[in-house]
Amino acid sequence: MKNTNYNQKIHRWGRTWCGVAIVMFVLFPLAVSIYYDAWPALGPLLAGLLGVAPIFWTVGAIEAFTFAPMLGSGGSYLGFVTGNLTNLKVPCAVNAMEGAGVKPGTEEGEVVSTIAIAVSSILTTLIILLGIVLLSQLRPVLESELLAPAFANILPALFGALAVVFIAKSWKIALPPLVFMLTLFIAVPALSSAVSVLVPVGALIALGAARIMYKKGLLAD
Amino acid sequence: MAFDVNAGFLFVLAGIIVAFVLTQSFFFLSKAWRRARELGLEVPVLRRVVTSSAVFTIAPAIAIILGVITLSQFLGLPLPWLRLSVLGALTYELPAATSAAASLGTSISEGVTDPRVYSTIAWVMTLGILSGILIITLFLEKIQGGIIALKKRDTKWGEIFITAIFLGMVSAFLGMIFADIRIGIEGWIPVFIMLVSAALMIVCGVLIKVFKLKWLQDYALPISMLGAMAMSIPLTRLLG
Repeated sequence: MKNTNYNQKIHRWGRTWCGVAIVMFVLFPLAVSIYYDAWPALGPLLAGLLGVAPIFWTVGAIEAFTFAPMLGSGGSYLGFVTGNLTNLKVPCAVNAMEGAGVKPGTEEGEVVSTIAIAVSSILTTLIILLGIVLLSQLRPVLESELLAPAFANILPALFGALAVVFIAKSWKIALPPLVFMLTLFIAVPALSSAVSVLVPVGALIALGAARIMYKKGLLAD
Repeated sequence: MAFDVNAGFLFVLAGIIVAFVLTQSFFFLSKAWRRARELGLEVPVLRRVVTSSAVFTIAPAIAIILGVITLSQFLGLPLPWLRLSVLGALTYELPAATSAAASLGTSISEGVTDPRVYSTIAWVMTLGILSGILIITLFLEKIQGGIIALKKRDTKWGEIFITAIFLGMVSAFLGMIFADIRIGIEGWIPVFIMLVSAALMIVCGVLIKVFKLKWLQDYALPISMLGAMAMSIPLTRLLG
C-alpha cells in the first residue's frame, strides 16, 4: 500500500514541480521582453527555432523515452529539469545504483537514482555558481592550454570506465549495437555531432538482439 | 534603456530560477531519502550514494563552467549561467545561440548590445529544447506504467530491457570515440584515453575484489575518469 502511495505521490510532485519549472523557464525570456520592451520579431524567432528545434525536440523526446526507464520517476522528473543528462546525470545514477547493489526499474533503484541525481544537481548548481563568482581567478586555469585536452576528452574518459563495467556484465547484449556503432562512426565520422539521435538507434539494436537471444535462451545467466 | 548583458536585473531573474531548481532538488532528495529508509536501505549505503555521486559530479561540472565561459563572451553571464544550470547542455546551448544569432544576421563572436537580439536568443534557447521536460511532465506516469506492466509480465525481460537501453546509449558514445581514427594517430587519442579509463577501472576492480578495498568501489568511476583525463595531457602532447 505504501509503495502505491509513494508512486502516486512522486508523479503528483513531479508534475507540479516540472509544470512550475516550465513556466519559470519561459519566464526568463518573457521578463526580458517585457522589461526591455524588446519583443523578438516573428521571422527571426522562427528562423532561429528552425535551426535547432527539429533536432533538439526530437532528441528531447528520444531522451525522455530512453532515460525514463533507467532513471525511474523521481530521477526523471528531476534530471529533465536540471539537464546535462548524457554527460552527467544518467552515468551518475547508473553508477550509484550499481554501487548500492540495486537494480534500475525496482523501487530501491528508483530512490537511489533520485538521490544520486538530486546530489549531482545540487553540486553542479553550486559548482557553476562558484565558478561564476570566482570567474576571473578560475578562467586562466580552466582555459589554459595545459588543461584543454583533459576537458576536451571528458566523454572518452567517462565512457571507457562505464563501458568496462557494464559491457563485461552483459557483453552479449552490448556486442551487436557496439559493432554497428563502431562501423557507422568510422564510416561516417560527421555523425559524431548527431550522437544523441543515434542513442535510440543503439538502444533499438540492443533491444532487438537481446529479445532474439532471450527467446532462444541465450541470456539465461 | 541601455542594455547590458550583465545587468543586475538579469542576474536576479536567473538567480530566482536557479534557486527554484535547487529547491526542487532538495525536495526530491528528502522525499527519496525518506522512502529509501522505509524500504530498509541503511544510512551508510545512502551516504555512500551521496558521496560517490558528489565525487563523480565534480569533473563534468567544472567542464560545464567552461561552457558558461564560452557563451558569456557573447551573452554575458546570467543567461549562460541559467541555461547550463537547468535543462540544457553545452551541446545544445551553443548551436541554439548560434542559430538565433544567425537568423538576426549577427555573429556569436561579438557581445550582444541590442535587447531584441538578446531576447530573441533567450526565446530560441528556451523554446528549442522543451520537448523532453514536456513529455516527462505530461507522460512519465504512462511511460513508467508501461515499464511496470512489462516487468510484471516478465521480470527477467524487464531487467534485460533496461540494460539493453543503457548499453545502446553506451555503444553510441563508444562508437563516437572512434569517429576520427581515419585522420591518423591524432584521431586515436580519444580511443587511447578511453582505454586508459577502462584499464584504470579494471585496476580498481582488482583492488576491490582481490585486496578487499571496498571503499574504493564508490570512487572507482571518478578515479578512472580523472586519471584518464590527466593522461590525456601527455598523450595529446605526444601524439597531437
